[in-house]
Amino acid sequence: MLLVRNAYIIFLKDFHLEFRSRYALNAIFLFAITTLTAISFSIGPLRLKSEILSPLLWIILFFSAMSGLSHIFVREEEQQTADTLRLVTSANAVFLGKWIFNMVLLFSLELFILPIYLAMLGVSVGNFRVFLFIILLGSFGLASVATLIAAIISQASAKGALFAVLSFPISLPLLISGIHGTRLALDGGTLAECLPDLQILFSFSIVIITLSLLLFEFIWRK
Amino acid sequence: MWQITGSDISQKFNQRLIFENISFEVASGHSLVLTGANGSGKTTLVRIVCQLNRPYKGQIRFTRDQKNISDQEIYARMGLVGPYLQLYNYLTAFENYSFFARIRGLAVDNSQLKRLMERMGLRGRELDELRTFSSGMLQRMKYVIALLHQPEFLILDEPTANLDEAGAALVYEIMQEQKKDRILIFATNEPAEVKFGEIKIALGA
Repeated sequence: MLLVRNAYIIFLKDFHLEFRSRYALNAIFLFAITTLTAISFSIGPLRLKSEILSPLLWIILFFSAMSGLSHIFVREEEQQTADTLRLVTSANAVFLGKWIFNMVLLFSLELFILPIYLAMLGVSVGNFRVFLFIILLGSFGLASVATLIAAIISQASAKGALFAVLSFPISLPLLISGIHGTRLALDGGTLAECLPDLQILFSFSIVIITLSLLLFEFIWRK
Repeated sequence: MWQITGSDISQKFNQRLIFENISFEVASGHSLVLTGANGSGKTTLVRIVCQLNRPYKGQIRFTRDQKNISDQEIYARMGLVGPYLQLYNYLTAFENYSFFARIRGLAVDNSQLKRLMERMGLRGRELDELRTFSSGMLQRMKYVIALLHQPEFLILDEPTANLDEAGAALVYEIMQEQKKDRILIFATNEPAEVKFGEIKIALGA
């Protein structure tokens, strides 16, 4: 209970800080809008197939996440508040608080970017419920990977490059299932057809969160 | 009776030995001062005592009536002020206070904040973001946060850094009060401060 309470307090603090400084918010939203606009201009009036539309969506989501989600730990290290935090609560409360924050940030991005993506690229979704389900579960996993890697790279010198380089191989199963599931959903695939992808996305997220809770103490306490 | 015991603590960075076999015992009602030239390892030892760094060899024990206490209790009882320990600059003094009070499981008490701010000479700045504070005001604010839970172990690294004469006098008062019935550990080279330490460790000597 104490863990959840402290995680919530840390989440609220980060939420407050973010809406005052807008470090991650600006990075993630501007990246997504710029990429989407560039894609839209480059394809012109062409109607793309789901085989192309699905990876494009995940590329936008993955790199937008990479551009902003590392701030959650990098900011604590750069502004020398990480030690202050280490002295007041447990490592897992810090991880959970930061993970919730990254998830909220990623979900907000999707809420904003998905309607624009559907409108700008003229996408028709065959099975909207399954499509949303895939995106939600994928983001759940993406936020988990990003939070863990952010904690690792926050203590390195080449933070920006390392974040994407380390996150990509770990996120690969998630991206493959996310892209495949999204393609099926765009083509009108049923829940039963998308179930293997949903299962992989769900299991992947659970494994990453469990590993993070086991390992984070070692990462956080140097 | 609370006690902090350091046994045979050694630290090295890469292959360079910073200090070795440092041992000490400090109990409630006593104070320990760490002195030494620049680079002798004062800050490193303070960080080891606070469990922010692990020593290369040796260990630190926190006990109450001879029984070890948990990490969670150590954090709940410890207050630290140091140049490498910052507060949240984009939050106001009140928001910082509120965050640290809540995460320590304390109620957010406006009157306590006002009392502490008054004591540290910051009254009236409760609703200002810390990025508008001067370095001396930030140092005073660190004391507000370090003292809000009346720590059993107060650990200070360069206690009067960035403070003017009045600020330094306030800190001396706090140090005097702390060592009456609780534990005070501090690192300094200022002769005016060294006298507050009953047990002295001179690093690099």
